[in-house]
Amino acid sequence: MAEEVDRSWRALPKHVALMLASLAMLYPLLWMLSSSFKPEDEIFSDLSLWPQTVTLMNYVEGWFGLGIQFGRFFLNSLIVSGLAVIGNLVACSLAAFAFARLEFPLKKLWFAAMLGTLMLPYHVTLIPQYVLFQKLGWLNTFWPLVVPKFLAVDAFFIFLMVQFFRGIPRELDEAAVIDGCGPWRIYWSIMLPLSRPVLAAAAIFSFIWTWDDFFGPLLYLTDVANYTVPLALRGFIDATSRSAWGPLFSMSILSLVPVFAAFLMFQKHIIEGIAASGLKR
Amino acid sequence: MTAFRDTAVAAPGLSARRRRFGGWRQGLPGYLFLAPWLAGFFLLTLGPTLVSLYLSFTDFDLLRSPQWIGGANYERIFTSDPKFWTSVGVTLSYVALSVPLKLGFALAVAMWLNRGIAGLGIYRAIFYLPSLLGGSVAVAILWKQVFGYDGLVNQLLWLVFGVNGPSWISNPATSLYTLVLLSVWQFGSPMIIFLAGLRQIPRDLYEAASIDGATRRQQLTRITLPLLAPVIFFNLVLQTIEAFKAFTPAFIISGGTGGPVDSVLFYTLYLYQQGFAYFRMGYASALAWILLLTIAAFTALAFLSQRYWVYYEDDPR
Repeated sequence: MAEEVDRSWRALPKHVALMLASLAMLYPLLWMLSSSFKPEDEIFSDLSLWPQTVTLMNYVEGWFGLGIQFGRFFLNSLIVSGLAVIGNLVACSLAAFAFARLEFPLKKLWFAAMLGTLMLPYHVTLIPQYVLFQKLGWLNTFWPLVVPKFLAVDAFFIFLMVQFFRGIPRELDEAAVIDGCGPWRIYWSIMLPLSRPVLAAAAIFSFIWTWDDFFGPLLYLTDVANYTVPLALRGFIDATSRSAWGPLFSMSILSLVPVFAAFLMFQKHIIEGIAASGLKR
Repeated sequence: MTAFRDTAVAAPGLSARRRRFGGWRQGLPGYLFLAPWLAGFFLLTLGPTLVSLYLSFTDFDLLRSPQWIGGANYERIFTSDPKFWTSVGVTLSYVALSVPLKLGFALAVAMWLNRGIAGLGIYRAIFYLPSLLGGSVAVAILWKQVFGYDGLVNQLLWLVFGVNGPSWISNPATSLYTLVLLSVWQFGSPMIIFLAGLRQIPRDLYEAASIDGATRRQQLTRITLPLLAPVIFFNLVLQTIEAFKAFTPAFIISGGTGGPVDSVLFYTLYLYQQGFAYFRMGYASALAWILLLTIAAFTALAFLSQRYWVYYEDDPR
């Protein structure tokens, strides 16, 4: 339990300090936001968070900056992230259900193997995976970014879901067994509906991590038309001269919007998900 | 439905072995549910891990088939590759600086926020936001500008002190520190875990301690830190592994080169260059295995050290 909340005036200095700290934390982000609306010369001369002249030119210039409209990159990112969310939810919840509720030979071995993959740095599997995807002719497609999610390679989510499933009372599925339900019905009609919080957390983190992923697209996507947003931003740095920070900032801000929106909408799930990952064992 | 643990009443005729394993036939639903993960485990994790071990002993450029060269890659890495040692030095400095600073900051702010303050949720959310956005290319771009020659930091220096600052990014003496700062800025995620841990410490311990006349400092060192040790341990392991794997910000601010003068040549960046810029895939596989063994050794060391400083409440000791 936390101590009682102090709502008196005595807490005021602390609030002032916390607000200043918050401002300092957010200042770079807010400054990038405001700079994205400033004309180029003002970015380098004005520290204030309020533009003297508001212009949308940076956004117009940025949107068409790479020869292909940025909308294309957003669409690509949305496809990859959307499929990653679906893949992770389906494959990880199936595996988690098996580990949490079903009995089968060698279960302990597989569970230990799954936990082992949590620690494995992806660099070790990188090159053989690249060779495999190349042999399959999947270079410069979204498949290498998406298919692993449908094969539950992100073991962190399995782990999170197993923890949650174990907390659901067994009496529920025992009653269902007596009523003649098989494992599939129990998974689909009992476990999944009761697991909304953990499924939501897994969906949000899958989305954000895939949206922000830079390394995967860097390896596998070579054609500009296939670029995801982070890769397009990288291409943009190379394509523009040193003084074109305005358009670069404007597109960077746009790239953060979906993540920020997810944060605003699902703040509770995100923070609880983070806290839970560190406390449950 | 003998597939279910609690309803699996062992029939008298079943052998002990069959009961223990659930039997292969009864195990079928389990394997069906596990099938996608099993396929991924063998095709994308275990298989590639073993293949990369093999490749690390070969000369492989993706065009011709791998040529077995024994331990030559490892020998070259350790004896005649100065860039390898540079990247090791950069990465170890980054880990040694960013992890303690980040965790110390996270813990201090968590304890500050935990002393009963209105609007905790809002402050927590604001402090967490950089963690959520900080790994993106967008923020790396922002960092590149903020610490650039005509960036935000130098504008501030000019305004407040009237000095012309250097370009922090392109100065090899400071570029790594800008990335350490970027990492510390993202202290929000361990902070949330610390906050959740702090809330699990029973308040009556503090009340009893202050009745006995314990100072705040004593309460910190005798109650808070020992009871928080498991959470500190978790954050330490997690953040260290993350720091070893850092890639994106170094790639973006250096334009993929690791420069200036290799000052931000992170280990992962060097591995990427060897594998995907020079297509020395055998060499890069050896680098990957060295990374794996380093992380494994560190994790094992951390777990072994636990008995000296981490106390678990359910531990019978």
